[in-house]
Amino acid sequence: MKYLHKTKVVRLRLLAPIAIAGLLIACGSNAADADQRGPDPVLPEPHRGLLPSMKIAEPAPWDGQKPTVPEGYTISAIATDLAIPRQTLVLPNGDILVAEGKGGNASPMRPKDIIAGYIKAKGTTSVKSGNRLTLLRDADGDGVYEVKTVFADKLNAPYGLALVGGKLYVANQDALVSFDYREGQTQASGPPVKITDLPSMINHHWTKSLAASQDGRFLYVGIGSNSNITERGMVAEVDRAMVWEINPQTGAHRPYATGLRNPTALTIQPGTGQLWAVANERDEIGPNLVPDYLTSVKEGAFYGWPYSYWGQHVDDRVRPQDPKKVAAAIKPDYALGSHVAALGVDFSEASMGEKFADGAFVGEHGSWNRPDPAGYKVVFVPFRDGRPAGPPVDFVTGFRDANGKTRGRPVGVTVDPRGALIVADDLANTIWRVTPARR
Amino acid sequence: MAVDDNRLVRRGLHPLHGILLAGTIPLFLGGLAGDLAYSSSYQIEWSNFASWLIAGGLVFGGLALLWAIIDLVRADRRGGALLLYMLLLLATWILGFVNSLIHAKDAWASMPMGLVLSVIVLLLALASTWIGFARFGVGGGR
Repeated sequence: MKYLHKTKVVRLRLLAPIAIAGLLIACGSNAADADQRGPDPVLPEPHRGLLPSMKIAEPAPWDGQKPTVPEGYTISAIATDLAIPRQTLVLPNGDILVAEGKGGNASPMRPKDIIAGYIKAKGTTSVKSGNRLTLLRDADGDGVYEVKTVFADKLNAPYGLALVGGKLYVANQDALVSFDYREGQTQASGPPVKITDLPSMINHHWTKSLAASQDGRFLYVGIGSNSNITERGMVAEVDRAMVWEINPQTGAHRPYATGLRNPTALTIQPGTGQLWAVANERDEIGPNLVPDYLTSVKEGAFYGWPYSYWGQHVDDRVRPQDPKKVAAAIKPDYALGSHVAALGVDFSEASMGEKFADGAFVGEHGSWNRPDPAGYKVVFVPFRDGRPAGPPVDFVTGFRDANGKTRGRPVGVTVDPRGALIVADDLANTIWRVTPARR
Repeated sequence: MAVDDNRLVRRGLHPLHGILLAGTIPLFLGGLAGDLAYSSSYQIEWSNFASWLIAGGLVFGGLALLWAIIDLVRADRRGGALLLYMLLLLATWILGFVNSLIHAKDAWASMPMGLVLSVIVLLLALASTWIGFARFGVGGGR
């Protein structure tokens, strides 16, 4: 037969893809769990198989059960049936504001985006974005928040919250807005006033985190990147992956620090007035890359994204590369572990009890890009002399049950100076409150 | 009644089978062109085009492959040109699928493997189509 002599070649070619697939999947398997917490995380070589390693949370109800807290602490749900609670703010009179919503308008660019979007959505709530602020009040101080009312609605995926004097600032996914606030108010007295637009094109990472400087003169807004690692193009990354400093009087802004892939929560350190952030690092180069981190945000500093991570570890996926930017990149202060998805941070107070008085709480939403899930808890990073000192301590756990199903996913954490930690759970649509047990 | 191998030779590929088969060439060629443009310009949009074109090639090639398998199953004599044709299409599809997974890696992570595979897959698609048409021709609509 005319073409028969080609058959052998064809058979060899047939074997090749199977061999290649085997190799690629093999090197995508789980590496030994390195210790990736603290100032000097162990960083393995980047690798990825034909498919990224994935383990998506499988939601399950709490059914009356609660997360686990350390001995001497109690936890209770102070609000349920919310519409995707993310961040909270404790007002001077003890009322709690909850920002509810989900943003992002990134259209799929590749077949992958459609498939990955469908898979990842299985690990999140099916509730619709609330786009509102809910106010919770415990008038008699018994730990039961008997008032639950809408403070403001028709917002656009509100996330970051800050109160400066009589102004309540809200970072929507597309703009920084303000409300006038008087103590005791349960409802906004008028529509929000826009301070300035925030970068919102595509909004792959849509959350706009917010903190006010100690003197109230400046606001800091964390703006996430528009991609995992520039796969939506470099142009999409203008004004992304950075922290803006905004003058609330004029709305003028300037980049305060850059190269932070997704600074999901900001807070000011009491005493020093230093700005701190938790940030989520890049995916799809292995289960142990790259650690998310907690860091003081240094003015003018560049933290690497997208060109490099943890200092000078070049990310080969970025083209064109930029050796000058790589050389300029600084290391963050403290690694929290890869893919834990830190979404909340707040400094503690003495009222939280002796063991948890000096340090920062971090809410870890939990991983997708690891075969063995990481995060899904609230940890406490102990501090000494204003710096992180020692490994993180579990503070709220049990968000995944014994069967590996996920009952909740922590997001924002806020310390109530009266002695409580407020934790927003955007899977169970619940606000948890952890308090030292009364003696 | 079983249809023998000669039926295909006698009647040729069904026109729709021919369309599906030949359609793999411009799609995988477009994918390769997209990869070449991305690797020389670093403009991500070219890589996105390549991803979709390769996916299109997999749809066309997958249907042609299915058709070839059915023809093979229904044939009396399972061997010769029909088997070769089916195996070539199978190789095209498997490598094409691997290529689409490579293209699902973010940004430059798809390179250079994506470009290499795009070349191989295009050659396989050309070989499949060549043999399909040369051995069987197009007809069948009578």
